[in-house]
Amino acid sequence: MLRRYLERFNWLDFILLMFRVVILVAIAIGIFNSVRAAKYTDNQWATLVFAGLAQGSIYALIAMGYTLVYGILLMINFAHGEIYMAGALTVVFIAHIFNDSGFLNAQPLLAILIMIVIAAAVSTILNVVVERLAYKPLRGAPRLVPLITAIGASFALQYTFRGLYGAQYRAYPEVKALRELVTVFGYKVPLVQLVVPASALVLMLGLYFFVERTKMGKAMRSVSEDKDVARLMGINIDRVIVITFALGGALAGAAGVFNGLFRPQGINFYMGFFPGLKAFTAAVLGGIGNIAGAMVGGVFLGLLESLGPNLILEGLGIPSVNQLKDALSFTMLVLILIFRPQGIFGERLAEKKA
Amino acid sequence: MNNQIGPNWRTIVRFGLIGGVVALYLSVIGMVEAFSARNLIGTFITLAQILIFGGPFVAGYLTAREFKDKPRTTIILCGLAAGAMASIFQVMLILIAHAVDLRFMFVSISPGLMEILTFGQGQYLGSLILAALSAVMGAIGAGYFLLPGTISRTLTSAVVVTLGVGLFSENVNQILSSNWLSLIGGRSVARLLIQQKSLNPIVALVLFLAVGGLTYWRATRAKAQVESDDESPATGRQKRFRTVMLIIAIGALLGLPWIVGRFLSQVLFMVGLYIMMGLGLNIVVGYAGLLDLGYVAFFAFGAYTMGVITSASPLGLTNLNFWIALPICAIVGVLTGFVLGVPVLRMRGDYLAIVTLGFGEIIRILALSDWLAPFIGGAQGILHIPYPSIAGFQFKTPEWMYYLVIIGSLLAGFLTIRLRESRLGRQWMAMREDEDVAEAMGINLVQTKLLAFAIGAAFSALAGGIFAARLGTIFPHTFNLLWSINALSLIIVGGMGSIPGVMVGALILVGLPELLREFQEYRLLMYGILLVVMMLVKPEGFVPAARRQQELRAHAKESAVGTAAD
Amino acid sequence: MKRLFAVLSLLMVASVALGACAAPFDCDDAIGCVDIAPGDPIHIGAMLTISGATAFLGEDSRGGVEIAIADRDTELLDHPIQLTVEDSLCSAEGGQTAATKITADPTIVGVIGTNCSSAMTAAMSTMSASGVTTLSPTNTAPALTLIGEEYTWEPGYFRVCHTDLFQGAVAAEFAYNELGARTLATIHDGSPYADQLQEVMAARFAELGGTVTFQGAVNVGDTDMRTILTTVAADTPDVLYFPIFEPEGPFIVAQSSEISGLEDTILIGADGLLVAGFPENSGENAIGMYLSGPYVSGASYDEFLTKWDDQIGGVPPSGFHAFAYDATNILLDAIEEVAVVDSDGTVHIGRQALRDAVTATTGFDGLTGVLDCGQKVFGEGLTANGDCATGEALGVFKITAAEVLEDNWPPPVEYTP
Repeated sequence: MLRRYLERFNWLDFILLMFRVVILVAIAIGIFNSVRAAKYTDNQWATLVFAGLAQGSIYALIAMGYTLVYGILLMINFAHGEIYMAGALTVVFIAHIFNDSGFLNAQPLLAILIMIVIAAAVSTILNVVVERLAYKPLRGAPRLVPLITAIGASFALQYTFRGLYGAQYRAYPEVKALRELVTVFGYKVPLVQLVVPASALVLMLGLYFFVERTKMGKAMRSVSEDKDVARLMGINIDRVIVITFALGGALAGAAGVFNGLFRPQGINFYMGFFPGLKAFTAAVLGGIGNIAGAMVGGVFLGLLESLGPNLILEGLGIPSVNQLKDALSFTMLVLILIFRPQGIFGERLAEKKA
Repeated sequence: MNNQIGPNWRTIVRFGLIGGVVALYLSVIGMVEAFSARNLIGTFITLAQILIFGGPFVAGYLTAREFKDKPRTTIILCGLAAGAMASIFQVMLILIAHAVDLRFMFVSISPGLMEILTFGQGQYLGSLILAALSAVMGAIGAGYFLLPGTISRTLTSAVVVTLGVGLFSENVNQILSSNWLSLIGGRSVARLLIQQKSLNPIVALVLFLAVGGLTYWRATRAKAQVESDDESPATGRQKRFRTVMLIIAIGALLGLPWIVGRFLSQVLFMVGLYIMMGLGLNIVVGYAGLLDLGYVAFFAFGAYTMGVITSASPLGLTNLNFWIALPICAIVGVLTGFVLGVPVLRMRGDYLAIVTLGFGEIIRILALSDWLAPFIGGAQGILHIPYPSIAGFQFKTPEWMYYLVIIGSLLAGFLTIRLRESRLGRQWMAMREDEDVAEAMGINLVQTKLLAFAIGAAFSALAGGIFAARLGTIFPHTFNLLWSINALSLIIVGGMGSIPGVMVGALILVGLPELLREFQEYRLLMYGILLVVMMLVKPEGFVPAARRQQELRAHAKESAVGTAAD
Repeated sequence: MKRLFAVLSLLMVASVALGACAAPFDCDDAIGCVDIAPGDPIHIGAMLTISGATAFLGEDSRGGVEIAIADRDTELLDHPIQLTVEDSLCSAEGGQTAATKITADPTIVGVIGTNCSSAMTAAMSTMSASGVTTLSPTNTAPALTLIGEEYTWEPGYFRVCHTDLFQGAVAAEFAYNELGARTLATIHDGSPYADQLQEVMAARFAELGGTVTFQGAVNVGDTDMRTILTTVAADTPDVLYFPIFEPEGPFIVAQSSEISGLEDTILIGADGLLVAGFPENSGENAIGMYLSGPYVSGASYDEFLTKWDDQIGGVPPSGFHAFAYDATNILLDAIEEVAVVDSDGTVHIGRQALRDAVTATTGFDGLTGVLDCGQKVFGEGLTANGDCATGEALGVFKITAAEVLEDNWPPPVEYTP
């Protein structure tokens, strides 16, 4: 493919090459200037790194849902951000009940586990219901049809939850134990910023082993390879798809609670939309359909958002760099996809669907 | 499947519960309470009642359909049971809400809602009334199914039209009080027909009978005609008829803004704008098969170009007039189409989708940024973009701007048709079907793709320029993802690749929400549900392109994964 | 069908005949009159933010308008008052659509609105050309009332709230004089309102002799404020001013505690954060921070709050309700003043006369102080038409533990100019 292009359209490669060079040089200059200016202390950089890791692991958890569904149905589940919102928003009320009764701060571990289970349950059920009502009847329809359905489902879910819980912003109560500062490599970090990435990693490893080692995981992989052959092998495709949606939903629900612990404010019906987009970007960055890729993509995106403006853009002398955070992320996405059209890790299913 | 002796209880319970879930859903998301005061007819039929009893009615109807071979009384009784079943969730809601305060979590479960659901009779008596009325509605639903076809069709259209006029009463009112109708007493008629958005009961009755009668008459006549008439070839009379219809259609198109009034002209203006965008996106997605989720970027480029060129504020560069600026907008559109098209040339399908989405966001963020604020205004936007004017006449009102977008859409439509039939159009479609094969056939992919992006972008930028001139001020917040989503949704709801489809899609997805402005925060909810339902019921769209319909059928046969996106 | 047609045409003939009878009044107003037949309502419009993130503003204003109308028993000159509320969203196109819809109804005399300045900017020429009189309770962008090429004022537009020129100055003076701050950083969120307000505040602060170390921005939808707070912390300013909304505001408040270098920085928000839920959402970090915003007090205001509790329930969700109340009263008073009443009760309102009457409003004793809608001069090249507020009704509030932990609202006022 590439070679054929190369033979015929050298100017295109030249433009793309220049594009890469310009951006890379700009990044290098930015970093060099920022580092030389030494405006920020080590401590401040450390704060950004740990916050970026926590944020990135939340993106990664949400991205799992996109990547799993895409791997099997080749469909962008646009409503997945809303699934994440549903868990996070529902549990905010539970968290306040726990907080008011003193349970949250007396037994933080147990309370948070219960919250995660409830959020995962809500998100899982919702995801399965949406799949049953909106996506299942569309198996075999052209690709754009389920995409539009998913966009419709996204709006419907957002405004359903607005109707249910109201439009006002809410916040998770603070868990005192998680706010304590711990020292890592000589830097003081709130405990929550270590707990969130660690728990997310455990969940994602769990998912990885489920997909790679269990019988159901094998079935999932074979469905993603070829549905018709899988069906001939006696695999119940509908069941595999339901399980896929359930897994994605559960992880999104957990991500909702992690988000509430890490960053308690801003909980309302609209909170899922942007993280959903970011998580999808992360999944694409890592190579969509690829679990490890989504994990790396999420963390990369989290770190980029956290460090990028101060590290790269500020050195270029641009005012109000923080405004351009998302522009930077998307530019990096374009750059990476030009370098590696299949994402950092490559997609599992490569070309065959084209 | 069902036993022969009695009705199958499981079916009744199933449909009853489905109806119940729908009714419960509408209650707990607050729609019932929000529209309890919205009268449709007189003061006795409100929108809330339809929301409450719609579920039981449908449950009764569906149950009846399932038992159509049973005796009539059994069917009615089954409907009754299903209707009663459908109220069960709401009754549970009433009882629970009285026992526990759910409001800290579910804001819509308010005393007001309870008052409506229990008809002000307290929880026990109220629940009984609700259950009884739901049962009756279920029975009516079942009875409705039993009616002979002609009568039920007559009833349906009469009810739908009457309630529809009640629902859109505000717009009926606007049309009647618009410019020339009000001169011949339209406003007084409006006042007589509609009070506080509600249809006068007598008028409603007249309307009901009139529509019912008309439908019935037509139905019986049609039957008679089918029996007597054979198919006859197109005669000269029919041809003349067609010409007359065409002239009437053109006349209506030209006269529309003066018939419907100012606000509806504004709605039509927006619809026209979306038709232009839809036609452009249709080239990119529908013909060339390149999924673009960042189409708003080109729209923004057009609007900002118009702003920077023509604005009378200090940001304005040249003070050129609108008519010179408009082609420049199109040229800028073409250029940005090329520039944004180059990096994504090698990306396929969903990678393309996310990258274009990213472009849309990047453009919006840059427009907003303090960095570029000295040139394009940043958060403060660009003010004082002049109205288009010809020889001193300013296109100030939506009625006049309507003509501008009509011309724009006709132009876009014409170009689209010409392109579709051209060599380039066939290349696009070949590329959509299979890139590798297309390339093997000697199609220059780079050129073909870039042209699709550039032409699509030009349409969008033109629409953006007109939009900026209508608005007079542009702010970066305007150019959000919703525009891209709207444009993509409307071409798919209308029928991808189809030009009439774009128009129908724009009318439904852009026009309808504007007519239902009073639903405010429920507008996007209904929009979302509409999208889902549309895709489930008519995945090929309202007016599918002929070629596309065949593809869909072929796909359905093969049950293969579709290839629309790549 | 035929019968329906006959009935309809009869009705039409009858109404034309009726319409022809009642026209003894000769309208000599430059931009036309509104004639209200006996029994017909006097029709007032409102263009507010009903949906979207700033819906609390619309709710707040709507309450003020409704109470002002209820105070007159929904009656003016023996005609009922009818209120039509349109959603103008918080965007230019929303404002224009709402304006088109409102002005398409020729019975509407005056309009209260809009909430967001961007909506008004796009609605301005439509409203002005249609002849209605518009009074905004919450538009604070200075450009809306200033006269000149860079500004947007057109005849028929008034506002009852203070322009940012007042609020930014009050915040700057409070920071410089009361808190003794000498360095300042500001953050806006890309909304025209926040951008403008921080600009005015920074300019005034510099004028007083302070140093502005940083002026930056975040995006609506951003959740992680650590990056921008780190940038702010590099200069360790005395005061950080962020006139933005929820949820970005609470994010800044909560996350600022994690950033080393911001320990001694005092946080000041503005009226966009003057929302009942803000302190609790922001958590304990909010204790000790300040909010600038409209400040209304006095016996008549307490009475207003009682009415609010009776008619609408609870407390107003934001701080602009009193402006909406005053705006409605100015409008209704002016209608009363210019209306010509026929012997049969028909009311004629000259549109230009109404505008003139509002412009001539002086010494209006409202909840928000003594209002004066004539021309004002804010400085060289800054002449404003239609600015009714005098900047009296402003204050700086201090968030204390009571607001964060015990649901107290509104917070105590710390400073008034």
